Amino acid sequence: MNTKEHFRTFVYPTAFGSRTSKLNQLNESHRWKDYHVADAYEDEAPEYFAMRNSTGVFDLCPMTKHRITGPDAMDFLNRMLTRDISQLKPSRVAYCVWCDDDGQVIDDGTVFHMRPGEYLLCSQERQLDWLNISALGFDVSIKEVTHDIAALALQGPTSCAILREMGLANIEEIKPFGIAWYDFEGSELMVSRTGFTGDLGYEVWIEPGKAEALWDALFAAGKQRGIRAVGTHALEMTRIEAGFIQAGVDFLPADGAVRPGRTRSPFELGLSWLVDFKKPNFTGRKALLAEKERGSRFNLVKLDIAGNKPATNAYIYNRKNEVVGTVTSAMWSPTAKANIALASLHAPWGKPGDELYADIYYQRELKWSRVKARAEVVEGAFYDPERRRVTPARDT
Amino acid sequence: MTNQKIIIVGGGHNGLVCAAYLARAGRKVTVLEAASQVGGAAITREFAPGFKVSGCAHLLFMLDSGISSDLALEKQGFRLASRDIETVSLSVKGDHLFLSGSEVRGADLGAEDAAKLKQFNDRMLKFAGVLRKVYSGRPPRLTSGWSELKTLAKLGLAIRGMGRDDMREFLRIAGINIYDILQEQFDSEMLKGAMAWDAVLGGHLGPRSNNSVLHYLHRLTGEVNGKRGAFASVKGGMGGLTQALAKAAMAAGVEVRTSAVVSKIVVDNGVVTGAELEGGEKIPASRVVSSADPRTTFMDLVGLRHLEAGTALQVRNIRAKGSVAKLHLALDSLPSFKGLDAKALGRRILISPNMVELEQAFDFSKYGEMSESPMMEITIPTVHDADLAPDGKHVLSALVQYAPYRLKQGWDSGRAELLRRTMTVLERYAPGIGASVLHSEILSPADIEREFRIAGGHWHHAEFALDQFMMTRPFYGSSQYASPLPGLYLCGAGCHPGGGVMGCAGRNAANEILARGDAV
Repeated sequence: MNTKEHFRTFVYPTAFGSRTSKLNQLNESHRWKDYHVADAYEDEAPEYFAMRNSTGVFDLCPMTKHRITGPDAMDFLNRMLTRDISQLKPSRVAYCVWCDDDGQVIDDGTVFHMRPGEYLLCSQERQLDWLNISALGFDVSIKEVTHDIAALALQGPTSCAILREMGLANIEEIKPFGIAWYDFEGSELMVSRTGFTGDLGYEVWIEPGKAEALWDALFAAGKQRGIRAVGTHALEMTRIEAGFIQAGVDFLPADGAVRPGRTRSPFELGLSWLVDFKKPNFTGRKALLAEKERGSRFNLVKLDIAGNKPATNAYIYNRKNEVVGTVTSAMWSPTAKANIALASLHAPWGKPGDELYADIYYQRELKWSRVKARAEVVEGAFYDPERRRVTPARDT
Repeated sequence: MTNQKIIIVGGGHNGLVCAAYLARAGRKVTVLEAASQVGGAAITREFAPGFKVSGCAHLLFMLDSGISSDLALEKQGFRLASRDIETVSLSVKGDHLFLSGSEVRGADLGAEDAAKLKQFNDRMLKFAGVLRKVYSGRPPRLTSGWSELKTLAKLGLAIRGMGRDDMREFLRIAGINIYDILQEQFDSEMLKGAMAWDAVLGGHLGPRSNNSVLHYLHRLTGEVNGKRGAFASVKGGMGGLTQALAKAAMAAGVEVRTSAVVSKIVVDNGVVTGAELEGGEKIPASRVVSSADPRTTFMDLVGLRHLEAGTALQVRNIRAKGSVAKLHLALDSLPSFKGLDAKALGRRILISPNMVELEQAFDFSKYGEMSESPMMEITIPTVHDADLAPDGKHVLSALVQYAPYRLKQGWDSGRAELLRRTMTVLERYAPGIGASVLHSEILSPADIEREFRIAGGHWHHAEFALDQFMMTRPFYGSSQYASPLPGLYLCGAGCHPGGGVMGCAGRNAANEILARGDAV
């Protein structure tokens, strides 16, 4: 339950606040729901490289979490989510989206099937209202547990070795999207091989009272393996490289949209693989089926753009100089050595081979310039190391 | 289609009308009625040995004449016990108001009011005629297709066709409250009280609530024997009508099963495939048409899990909390009302002496309390139909407002209290009536819910209001009798055009199903 008293304190430190505040040299943070989290501790570049070359630790306490239990928990989730959750075995995690009746994405997230019949749903946005609406007609109990669980993301090639060093036996055996439980100083520590970086990585979950001890143990174990606290700026870079979308950035959550045409369906976000029409009923099914027959309005694509000027917020043009879409996320990727972007284009644009241009405005010493750079549609992630998938996980 | 059978859930008047029309078009139809007799809430009930009375509605004023003639109801034994029933609105001083169509006399009436009434009624009947035009077909959708636009255009043209002044007036008043309108027009408190009763009967609203004008117009869409805005009573009670409907349906080939309680509408792989009875019998069907209210249909029989979440929320949010109780008295002799001739006892007798008292009676129900002095509409059906009671005895039937569905103290203890308050009011107008009561019964909305299986005990299955009207009745996306589930249709009062013993929803639903041919 949310027992925070916002009329006394606007924004709280997370359960790791005593540790992160000491490391936060810039003292720059932003509000994420009820908490503040560091944008960057010292500099986003070394933090990014820690995630790609050793291990970065990201504080994800503020992520919205719901515990879903009860006899109908699975049926409830299966009706709410577009993907078939009946296939999700205990100790497994699945990426998912959920839609409104119009088939427009409300949010994306991860659903953890913990023990049989017990689920944890993690999302960017608060979802209790929609979960309760979706629960009409189901025997299910839904609790918001955001404040009851402290969580860290431990991402990068040395993350497995660090956790083993900390004493988590057989950690390398957890498959991608798998969950394992360990004892940590008498408390239950949940470890899932999940993350937002497209690389080898884990997320660790513990009761808030043990958060600081967990932080200390991780940093002690990771000292020789390049462990480093990372802020949201660095995480943002890794998720764009991985090609992951973010609510409020790459799509507008449907329940917050006012203007028609601003929202997106899963098809329009490149997530058709998450939609399972074999299920007889799920929220949005009718509309999505109709969309499948009629065709979608938008395509979300990955773009490889000429040059090195990030195409942030750029319009995308076709050869006839018509605007066919906009960039939603963009960056120079140090690892892919490419100028990459995610863009939402009007259908039918966005097929590989389409001749597209990004209209990029950039500044050099207060002077604005503009370049129209060729943009190639890329299939697959910009960055996709093999170690992400390999089990047993490697040490580097 | 492997199995062409159509199941109708519920044998109320709409279910029977729908069944009859489908069977007349050659469909194989089975009506499943939970009670031991058909009729739903439109039945004649024996509430004490030898004393019979209409279960809910006790006057007929909306039955669609087309249905009545299509189904040759008179051939099936349907008779009126009386027609052109006049209204008398009681004054506690005995100076009553007598109303018959646009004729009015008595009480505190001035000449000006009497003259204005005709003008006012003519205009209201004209407005009601506009609604009437869209009652006989399915309501349009706002999004798609020429045929939908045509229906909307028909309504628009009907409004425009009234002429500039009437159009403006219609658009001005259709969404607002009757209190303001009557205050503009009339001086007589008695007259305004009586007219306001018709604007609030059956709903959770008072004269000052918006939608009360719409309520008023809705009632005026009805007609009896070609006379609009008139009242009649059915020979043998309201059950006389539904028995005739059942006979007409059976004559057309409908199988009618009573004491067949549907426990479940079966959904298989997203498609409705039949119904399951209490006791486990499964009846497969190509279509299931539910005349039950939409909340009972979707929440209890189908299960909200079979809808998409936003639709489930719409169903859950349908406003349908009954506010009317039904009083039944078995009387040793005809009661005597102060200042009222015994000849007038066959009339529709109102206790709604002015709009302020009516509004105050409503105030209680807003907060989950019953009215301190309930208002009522009384009929003594035995005046026209002696068969309803043993020789020389009488029955009194009254609609009592307001009795909120969710009574704070609960209806188990509230029922006796409501009876006491109702009798206190009656004694005020008919001193000594209590002494002649042999048996009494008061049905609260909770009782109506239980007895007639209507969620919320609301006769109209869904509050009649602009947000639950036409394309949003019972909710957007299920307004054309088809439901979000293939194979499932609705045909009850919760659908367009709404409640009242009218039959239009049943007939419109049948037409929709027939128009769709093989498509479920």
